[in-house]
Amino acid sequence: MLDCTPKEIKERSGGMINPAKTCQPIGAMYAALGIHNCMPHSHGSQGCCSYHRMHLTRHFRDPVMATTSSFTEGASVFGGGANLKTSIKNVFAIYNPDIMAVHTTCLSETIGDDIPSLIKSAEIPEGKLVIHANTPSYQGSHITGFSNMTKGMVSYLSEATTDVKKEQVNIIPGFVNPGDMREIKKMAQMMGAKFIMFPDTSGVLDSPMTGQFNMYPRGGARVEAIRDAGNSKLTLALGTYASADAAIQLERKCRVPSLTLKTPIGVKATDEFLMTLRQAFAREIPGELEEERGQLVDIMVDTHYHFYGKRVAIFGDPDIIIALTEFVTGLGMKPVYVLTGTPGGTIGGPQDIFEKEIKSILEQAGVQGKAKASGDLFQLHQWIKNEPVDLLMGNTYGKYIARAEDIPFVRVGFPILDRSVQTYLPITGYRGAMRLLEMISNALLDRVDRDAADEDFELVM
Amino acid sequence: MAIDDKTLEAILNEFPAKVKRSRKKHILIKNSDAGPQEIEANTRTIPGIMTNRGCAFAGCKGVVLGPLKDMVHIVHGPIGCAYYSWMTRRNKAKSEDPKKNFLSYCVSTDMQESDIVFGGEKKLARMIDDVVEIFNPNAITISATCPVGLIGDDINTVARLAREKHGINITAYTCEGYKGVSQSAGHHIANNGLMENIIGQGELEEPPAKYTINILGEYNIGGDSWEVERVLKEIGYHVQAVMTGNGSYEDLKNAHIAQLNLVQCHRSINYIASMLETKYGTPWLKVNFIGIRATIESLRNMAQYFGDEALIKKTEEVIEKELMEIEPQLEPYKKICQGKTTFCFVGGSRGHHYQGLYGELGIKTVLAGYEFAHRDDYEGREVIPNIKPDADSKNIPDLHVLPDENRYRLKIPAERMEELKKKIPLSYYAGMNTTMQDGSIIVDDLNHYETEEFIRILKPDIFSSGIKDKYIPHKMGIPSKQLHNYDYSGPYAGFRGAVNFARDVSMSFITPAWNFIVPPWKDKPLLEGSIEQCSEGVCPVDDDKK
Repeated sequence: MLDCTPKEIKERSGGMINPAKTCQPIGAMYAALGIHNCMPHSHGSQGCCSYHRMHLTRHFRDPVMATTSSFTEGASVFGGGANLKTSIKNVFAIYNPDIMAVHTTCLSETIGDDIPSLIKSAEIPEGKLVIHANTPSYQGSHITGFSNMTKGMVSYLSEATTDVKKEQVNIIPGFVNPGDMREIKKMAQMMGAKFIMFPDTSGVLDSPMTGQFNMYPRGGARVEAIRDAGNSKLTLALGTYASADAAIQLERKCRVPSLTLKTPIGVKATDEFLMTLRQAFAREIPGELEEERGQLVDIMVDTHYHFYGKRVAIFGDPDIIIALTEFVTGLGMKPVYVLTGTPGGTIGGPQDIFEKEIKSILEQAGVQGKAKASGDLFQLHQWIKNEPVDLLMGNTYGKYIARAEDIPFVRVGFPILDRSVQTYLPITGYRGAMRLLEMISNALLDRVDRDAADEDFELVM
Repeated sequence: MAIDDKTLEAILNEFPAKVKRSRKKHILIKNSDAGPQEIEANTRTIPGIMTNRGCAFAGCKGVVLGPLKDMVHIVHGPIGCAYYSWMTRRNKAKSEDPKKNFLSYCVSTDMQESDIVFGGEKKLARMIDDVVEIFNPNAITISATCPVGLIGDDINTVARLAREKHGINITAYTCEGYKGVSQSAGHHIANNGLMENIIGQGELEEPPAKYTINILGEYNIGGDSWEVERVLKEIGYHVQAVMTGNGSYEDLKNAHIAQLNLVQCHRSINYIASMLETKYGTPWLKVNFIGIRATIESLRNMAQYFGDEALIKKTEEVIEKELMEIEPQLEPYKKICQGKTTFCFVGGSRGHHYQGLYGELGIKTVLAGYEFAHRDDYEGREVIPNIKPDADSKNIPDLHVLPDENRYRLKIPAERMEELKKKIPLSYYAGMNTTMQDGSIIVDDLNHYETEEFIRILKPDIFSSGIKDKYIPHKMGIPSKQLHNYDYSGPYAGFRGAVNFARDVSMSFITPAWNFIVPPWKDKPLLEGSIEQCSEGVCPVDDDKK
């Protein structure tokens, strides 16, 4: 397994080997699926759209609907305007969504298709909407694409129509599973806060079996709700990389103040999320949530010896792994390698934001570790070859390293292509933290059981 | 229920007029009384129709080049194209030297905005240097993606310079995603490149064994090729090269010495098959190792080609032995499958190949089609002279080869060749339409709307296609079988593959979960026996609550 990866690390400058990211449009497609009655549309050649649909389908095991402009060479040279206009006409005529959300690819971006003017000159049926986001694949990652499309929702839809802001909060959950969106909504509900979540893929990509196929499932943020987000008192952007831009845009456009929080993974980040709601709406934390938190801490204390001091490597999308890194330090683990493929800064701004954030978490925990943005799994594997770890956490692609180096492996993040159920269940909130804890514990203890000599094999652990 | 012209018309009437005009030409109701029926295929996709098609890059790197295991395949582009084609097709491979198997690696120049603005040639050259230094592969390919053509990166020159610098075979493929109208363009581009730069570069002058063959258009999905090769070896064949499942640069460069080329997937590899015939005089035989009857027929045709009595006898012995093994295993599955119907919509060859295997299990194909096949895959190779090239595919270059001065030789005498052509499909493919039953539907580039409509009317018992549409019939309570990746199972080819396929299909019919779709409370009234009282305005349940 991965026998061609040498231990000796050499400087590379030609690109990526085994990336820990993918390209923008798939994130935009995912975000667009979080709008009710929406058809995501990929403005480029059709290969992108098929790849993105395939990949999302494999992760969610649910239908993923999206259309494409199907560029040919002619359109690639002379512009894809006609293709987009034909698409808009056909999509509304054949698939009748309420809204189309157009994203771009490296093809239409390199050509420089002017999407807003194309949309303006397209035939859009009465009462229907077309929004767009530019999602050049040669910038950032799929997380950037999610962020750009979410920002596009605000730019096109959100409006400030009331003089006084309503007692409601906007929650932008970031690039997380429907199970997490449900958990975050559950917590907000328990707090008694009125909220608008967008995008929201719960009920879309975790839809139930009913014997009927619905092209537009029950879930998804309603267009009216995204509009009304402009009237909210506050926006909580969960995750800097996936959510902050949309929140800032909402602040600019509709004067809704925003706060950027960590994705609520683990005790501290969940506490912070609830404390923010508590303060904003002067609502006490309900007993049920306090009980959940107490249960989580109880388990952490009871089982600390399962995790304490274990060296762990974590890779994946920045918002998720920042919070995850914080959580595992709370278990007494040592996250010695933390790596994302997504660039760690802003376009034109400083590039080391991710590294700094991880370093500060590690410093607080007294852990010596490496943090890397724009990294790849080839690099992560080489680090592990040089100084091994006790546990690997990341998406499905990590299984090759886990097998090659015989490391217990916990699947977390996007995509998970080789296991099921995970998109339904949360890793966020106190309940999600319990689930993570169980996964980590199971992985480590399964290994202890596997490796133990007969005489050391324990009944109670 | 079958679909007649009127029903079809009604389905198409839901389309805007222009879309309807186009789609009408891509759909046939098979009618053998009507003589040869013409279908339109390999034309551009209608924007916004929700096609299942992919792009030329997928056809070139993803399908044809990617499986070659001892080569590193560099994708020159932003990260997505390399990422999505990273281990997602199940073209299995095993190497004696694990340090010469690069299939679990995804290598991309990961172009950034600056590469789009200032060009990515330098970064590509650096990536080649990195790859040679780290991996020391036997050869390297470079595949272009959409923006590469637009910004004018000259990947051929980069490849040539790197070849001079590193002394290994490094070749470039201009398979930008927008070329042609589908994956098909990528097959053609890959075929040209392999023929021009790799096949025939080896030193071998004579076949290493008595019956030396190549298998073309076989990608070893789920181990298909290994199962076929197992049987071929037992009969006594020597497989020189497989294009390209479990294939290698080392085998491929000597592919010119084979005495016969077998063609499994006509669409993706017929260019190389024809070129090998022109350049080296090697005939090709259309085979099909999916399904028991098709496998037997293919084996017999091969034996007939070589015409050796011992080989013919051995072929029959092996067939008999294999049948003895699998027939009892198939019995229980046939009972489960008998009388059912299926759709068979796959890329460019399996839409045809699986119909026979389904038929052997008692499952009738009521609709079949291809994403990106050409008219010859539907109607047979005789229509090739009548296919008009259109603007979208004119820019895919045809490679013209000439007979090799030293290596061209007739593998069998010309007269015998002509005799054989009357009996077996030598350098010929009859297409899918001939084997379809009257009244069945043939659809080219099936889209989502049509999928739903055809399912609604034809109510197939199982839906066979790919991952993007797998869960759509599932939601409707209809099992589905992925015929691209076999739902992570396989092999499905050859004798033992047929048993695997029968087991998997049967399993999806009888899995108990289908019985749970309707919750019990949907079948039972909430208030048993109390409905009359309620309707009179007095409801005892409400009273109880008070």
